[in-house]
Order: sequence, then C-alpha cells, then structure tokens
Amino acid sequence: MVQLTPEQRIDLYRFMRRNRSLEERLVHLYRQGKIVGGLYRSLGQEATSVGSASALEKGDVLGPLIRNLGSVLVMGYSAREVLTQHLARASSPTGGREGNLHFGRPERGVVSSISMLGALVPVMAGIALAARMQRLRTVAMTYIGDGATSTGAFHEGLNFAAVQKLPLVVIAENNGWAYSTPFRKQTAAKCLADRAAAYGIPGETVDGNDVVAVFEAARAAVDRARAGGGPTLVEAKTYRMKGHAEHDGQSYVPREELEEWRRRDPIERYAERLIAAGDATASALDAIDRAIAEELDRDVADAEASPSPAPQHALDGVYASGESAAEPAFLRRLV
Amino acid sequence: MSVAAPGGPAAAAPPRVETFYVDAIREALSEEMARDDRVFLLGEDIGVYGGAFKVTDGLIERFGEERVLDTPISETAIVGAAVGAAMAGLRPVAEMQFADFISCAFDMITNFAAKSRYRTGCAVPLVVRGPAGGGVHGGPFHSQNPEAYFAHTPGLKIVQPSTAHDAKGLLKAAIRDDDPVLYFEHKFLYRRVKEVLPAEDYVVPIGRAAVRREGRDVSVLTYGAMVWTALEAARTLEAEGIDAEVVDLRTLFPLDEETILQSVARTSRAVVLHEATRTGGIGAEVAAVIAERCFECLDAPVVRVTAPDTPVPFAPALEEAFLPNAEKLCRAVRVLVGF
Repeated sequence: MVQLTPEQRIDLYRFMRRNRSLEERLVHLYRQGKIVGGLYRSLGQEATSVGSASALEKGDVLGPLIRNLGSVLVMGYSAREVLTQHLARASSPTGGREGNLHFGRPERGVVSSISMLGALVPVMAGIALAARMQRLRTVAMTYIGDGATSTGAFHEGLNFAAVQKLPLVVIAENNGWAYSTPFRKQTAAKCLADRAAAYGIPGETVDGNDVVAVFEAARAAVDRARAGGGPTLVEAKTYRMKGHAEHDGQSYVPREELEEWRRRDPIERYAERLIAAGDATASALDAIDRAIAEELDRDVADAEASPSPAPQHALDGVYASGESAAEPAFLRRLV
Repeated sequence: MSVAAPGGPAAAAPPRVETFYVDAIREALSEEMARDDRVFLLGEDIGVYGGAFKVTDGLIERFGEERVLDTPISETAIVGAAVGAAMAGLRPVAEMQFADFISCAFDMITNFAAKSRYRTGCAVPLVVRGPAGGGVHGGPFHSQNPEAYFAHTPGLKIVQPSTAHDAKGLLKAAIRDDDPVLYFEHKFLYRRVKEVLPAEDYVVPIGRAAVRREGRDVSVLTYGAMVWTALEAARTLEAEGIDAEVVDLRTLFPLDEETILQSVARTSRAVVLHEATRTGGIGAEVAAVIAERCFECLDAPVVRVTAPDTPVPFAPALEEAFLPNAEKLCRAVRVLVGF
C-alpha cells in the first residue's frame, strides 16, 4: 500500500475544498442567471473524484464525467477554465462551442466526455489500447454512474478491455440516483462491483465518501493495470446531495436519506480525521479555505469580464482543413 | 507478356496485372500499414479468418495480431476504441462486417467522433469501413446503404468508390485524413470490377467527383455500383441519340458541388441515381444543391431514380424490383429529354 505523504494528505483536502467552493461560486452565478445551460453538482461526491484522480501519475489519461469537477482540478484544470466554460465565454477552452465540464485537455491527459453516458468506457479502452501499442506505461481511468452501467456501451467497453487485458480503471460512482431513477430501478444487482465478475475482472466496493479509501482502492487498481493485470471495476458508494441539475429540487429523494448522508459529508469527515491525526490544525485548514476563496474571487471577476465569442466563430473548426462549416449554398453564391 | 525496356532485360517492366476492387482495398490497407506504423485494423473476424469477404486476408500474417485486431461482436466497442486510439495518436481503421451493422456504432460515430474537433479541438482521425449495398440477395440486414444517416452529421466525411482505382486511392486518402471518414465499399463490385492500378503510390482526393462519361443532353449524378448502371444506360441511350454525362460523386459528404453544377450547367438536365432508398437520401441533397445554385440553367425538373422507401427485400424477384437498374434510368432520362 502506498503511504500518502503529509503534503499529499493536505492536497486531498485542498482539492475537495476547491471542488466545493468553485461549485458554490457556480451556483451563485447560476442563480444570477449568468450560467448558460444547466449546472450539474457534485456536492457530497468530492471524495470519489479527488481520491480516484489522485491515484494517477503523470502520463496517465482520465475520462471524467459531468460530476467529476474534483477530478479535473486534480488533473490541473484551472477554476478560470471551468468558469469560462459555464459562462460560455470566448476565452473558455472550447471558445464557447461547448459548455460545463465538456472539454478535454490532451496535454493534461484529460478526454472530454459526451452526454451519452457509457460512451467513455470504450473510448478510454481505446486510449489504453493505443498506449499499450505505443509501449507507454499509461493507465486510463474513467467514471460511470450507477445509471449508465445499464448501457450497452459500458458492457461493450468493459468486455473489450477485459478481453484485451487493457490498462483501464473504471470507477463506478454509485450515488444512488440517475436523474430521478433510484438504484433499485436501475439494476437487480446488489452492488455494481458484482458486475465485474461477468467480465472476469476484479471488482471492489469502497466508501466513496472516504477520500483515502477511494485513493487506496484506485491506486491498487492503477498499479494492477500498469503491471499488465488488466482492468478493474471500483464501485465508490456515495450520494448525490443535489438534484440531477440545479433546476431539479429532488422532490423524489427521501429527506431522511439525505439527512443520513449529510452526516457522512466527505470534507467534514476528512477535516476531522486530519485534525485528529495531527496532520493539520483547524486554523491551518481555515487558512486553506480562505486562500481558495480569495483566489476564486479573482477568477470569477476575470471570467465575468471575458467577452462572449464572436458569432462568426460558430462555423469554425468542424474539419481539420480550417474551413468553416458549409454555410447555405445560396449565401456562398451571393457573397 | 512483358516488353523489354530500353535498358535491357534487367529493367523489364513487370507484367501489368489487373486488380479487383476487393484486392485494391487490401492493397491500400497493406501499403498504409507498411508506410505508417500508427495505422492498425480492428474488427470482427478480420485477423485469423481474413474478414467475412477476405478483404483483410493475409494481413495478420504480415503485420501481427496487435495491428490486425480480432474483436468481440461489439460495434460500439470497435468504433469506441478506434475513437480513443485516434485521439491518442494512432490511425485506426475499423471494419464493420457489413455496413448495415454500423447502426450499432451510431452514437460513437455521430456524437463522439464527428463532434470532437468542433467541441473540444481534439482530432479523431479514424476510418470506419465496410461492405454496403445489395444485388447479392443479402436481405434486409446485409444489403443496406447507410450513407444518408451520416451525411446529416457535420464533422464526418463519407466516400464510396466505384472502381478499383478509387477503392485504393480513396481508402489511402481516408486513412491519411485528419478527420473521421466513413468508407463504404460496394460488395457487389468486390470481384466484378478490376483494372490495372498505378504502380506508384497515389491517393484519390476526398471531396472530388469524377466525370466518367462526357455527354451533352443529361447529367446522371451517381455513385458506387450505380456508376456502372449509369454507364450501361448511357450506351443504350446513345443508340437513341441521347448523349448522357455520368458523374461519379465518389465523396458523398461534403459534396463536390462545383463538379455537379458544372455538369448540369452543360447539360441543363439532371437525374440523381442511387441504390439507397429515396426519402432523405443523397439524391435529395444533390437535387437541392442544383435547385439552389443552378435553377436558371435547368430545362427540366431534377429527377431521382432510387430504390423505393422500403427495407431491402430478400427474394431475387423482389430485390430486382427494388433496385434501380439501367432500364429504370433510361425511362427517366427519356421523360426528361422530352420535357
């Protein structure tokens, strides 16, 4: 088992706090009507994102989903990139052509997801395949929600990866809900880790609200993948503390269940643990929180000051040639 | 028999052998794999078995099982893994055992591959290829022409060769292209058309149509196996004093609008001929381009000769009734010329 250094233990806290604080800023902007489109929260799931992505090394590749803000922060995404994406600004990583966390950063080893859930599993298997063909030590990691384990893409991707013994780690983020559909209406399986047996690969369930437990399980899977042991399915049991997106008041969620999970808040739990272990003092953690807040003040102001993209850029970048997307033929003729 | 070149017998030119369409495809794959070690193949039964139509026959012996990858029955995983590998810097060529099965990978092609560059700036240079088309009594699921499903998806390129020369040259161009390309080969042509191919490396550029026969009276705009149907019809029409021009579109998306318009401007009449079904087909788009950009040069309405809006039937008598042929094309042309 890899031991976390004191610095790494503090980093886990810092990334979870950045995840939550940045999201709180996004909520604020959303309520002001400044966010274009929906806002998908990861409240309560920060430990799953941060713990798993922290198990990767430089050169590894991550395929995050919409609730993995913590993961992409670990991979080096900046708050400004995330803010400008949500605000649909010209300076966003996609120039306003895409929103929210739907952006990739090849140089940081991050592949953009699409909204069709499950699709990343075969694609990340392809990344792992390409890495092996190029004799790289790269491990690919991706996420799947409890809902998307019902898709054909999840099955095909994991089966392909297992047959090929590819260096792929799939974190099944079981947050109990797929939009309004509860786990029991999604699958008759007792837990998602059980599905691993169908592919002949190891499956493990961890407490998704325990950042160290997630890190350790993910690291073991990453090490196995890197050593040629093939894919692993790690189920992280957590809870979606908000609705599907910010517009959704989650009326279908039992209040007592929410209350129960609130007591297992991953950040509070981890802060108490750090303090109890003598890794940090309460005031040191407060100082981290304040520094994050101050940085976010600047990032939000900068992002809000950025302009919207110029309309003509709607046609850019469909093909490699740099040609604009074909405008209606009669326009071309008249101009 | 070869003829000795001026340099003496040692420099004798090799015999000029004709290459079938199916073998031209294999030559393109083989040459591109030899030329660029980023190129690899994946699909069902393509390795040890050499492919359902033997398109990849012998390639696993030459390039090994890592670069000629036999996969589970998993079109989503085949194309999905190809998308990932392409993003990671390789040049995958994914085979659909029949083009009909490309529907199983629709999401990967239309949502992942096609939109990646636009959405996130990440290139997905992959080729998805497979045998399309009818005329071989394959029934509803082994005869389809699925190109129109994809021509509605910006970010994709779609090609379909009609000759052995183009089968090789278009596939090489597709593999070298920096964007996702769908390459539909017509299974009816596999072992029916052949020609002597250039000895040197060549590509057929994506986005350029070819005029297969020049004519003054009517333009037949077509592609794939129907190019040969159009040429057959043109010979019949010639005997009746009608001079038909045959344009082979070759690239179905994006269309070579200039070649289409230049042809129609010369002939003033246009028939779009394709084997795929009628509504929302490539022919509808070609007709719209002509109507938008060349209306004043028309002497008659643009007409489509296509398969009807039904699934592909199985019985030979039914399939024959379903498929366009030279006779149906000739009838349409005669009406147009007399308009």
